[in-house]
Amino acid sequence: MLHRRDARMKLLALLAVLVAVATTQPFGLVTASGFAALLGAGLLISRLPVTGVLARAAVVLPFTVTFAGIAWLAGEAGRAFALIAKPYLSALAVLLVVATTPMPALLAAASSLGVPRMLVLVLQFLYRYLFVVAEQAQHMWVAAQCRGAALRTSHRAGRFRAASGTLAVLFARSYEKAEGIERSMLARCFDGRIRLLAPPRLGWRDLALLAFAAVAAWSWRWWVAS
Amino acid sequence: MSVLIQASDVRYRYDDGTLALDGVDFQLEEGETVALLGPNGSGKTTFVLHLTGLLQGSGEITVCGMPVRKENFAAIRAKVGMVFQDSDEQLFLPSVLEDAVFGPRNLGLPADQALAHARQALEQVGMAWAVAKAPYHLSAGEKRRVALAGVLAMSPQILVLDEPTTYLDPPTQRELIRLLKELPQAKILVTHDIAFAQALASRAVFFERGKVAALGAIDEIARRYDWRL
Repeated sequence: MLHRRDARMKLLALLAVLVAVATTQPFGLVTASGFAALLGAGLLISRLPVTGVLARAAVVLPFTVTFAGIAWLAGEAGRAFALIAKPYLSALAVLLVVATTPMPALLAAASSLGVPRMLVLVLQFLYRYLFVVAEQAQHMWVAAQCRGAALRTSHRAGRFRAASGTLAVLFARSYEKAEGIERSMLARCFDGRIRLLAPPRLGWRDLALLAFAAVAAWSWRWWVAS
Repeated sequence: MSVLIQASDVRYRYDDGTLALDGVDFQLEEGETVALLGPNGSGKTTFVLHLTGLLQGSGEITVCGMPVRKENFAAIRAKVGMVFQDSDEQLFLPSVLEDAVFGPRNLGLPADQALAHARQALEQVGMAWAVAKAPYHLSAGEKRRVALAGVLAMSPQILVLDEPTTYLDPPTQRELIRLLKELPQAKILVTHDIAFAQALASRAVFFERGKVAALGAIDEIARRYDWRL
């Protein structure tokens, strides 16, 4: 259901939820549960694989756990919890929108909402080049396996040297490939804007989605604060 | 016959100091197909990238009467359709149809017209059945045809094909030759494949160390440079 909604409204709804999560004080277990319930409902109606999305959102935890640990050691358990829960819920909200919106539509929506064109352009290329780097890495991995990479002795220093060398080659190759992609886009008159096949049209369901997400997140924030 | 491309004394040096083009003169007339032959690194691809301003060296190039300068890039790129060696670099949108629409939309055509152009081009290359497919699910030959459709949808006057037979099996190469023969545009073929060049081109230009070493009939050039298997 979320998949069919207008990307601009999804982005605005995301913004409303993110700001609500970031500014809600105090942020305890009950507060987090309220936001989690809202995002959980989104996950369910969009029919995304719940465990997969929950696991992917945890990618932010390594960055926050250290600071949460410091806060906890300083005797601020509530702050430690907020340092873990807020980024996790924010990542979950972002994943929910990204997983239910095609990237070109998302970027076009960002552009139409006034996000600077240069930033949208960078995001466009970043998204495109991620696949390029992944593909190059895959090719290099296969080539290394074919030449017995797995049979090498696992000496730590040697492995580090090999990995850093591989990384350098990977970036050099990806850069070359990225140049080719840029040229092929420019050759077809690309001027920095992705034009969608059909311009998006707003319906009452799109507005209802935005209204529901914003009202739910901000009511919860207001109730917690009061 | 009117001259579509006129290049004189084109020179280009890469950032690492390699002299890639060393005074290239070239001419392409309306309706003709020219093969650019020569060893790897002789400057063929570097030269064709100059035709649309994707690389800029010194010298003079005019395309359909327009000098290749920044203010003319959009108009020139609409006239010169480039099909790159690696189709994966060219196809980047989620579906074949969206990719074929990319060029016409960039030309400023409204969505419905762009869509009509794209569908017609896909029909022309025999890929109309694949409109909803993801480009990365296609075979090498199909990708090549979709890449060609993406360019044809822009209705160019000139087609530049860089190593079009790479990764293609012989039947697919034959199919590509048949398809290209039917297209009315003037063509520049960058290729190592002498049989492919003979099937399509009326003359050849042989590049060597960034210079045009010879031009003339393909047979004669192939013989002179021992350019056969």
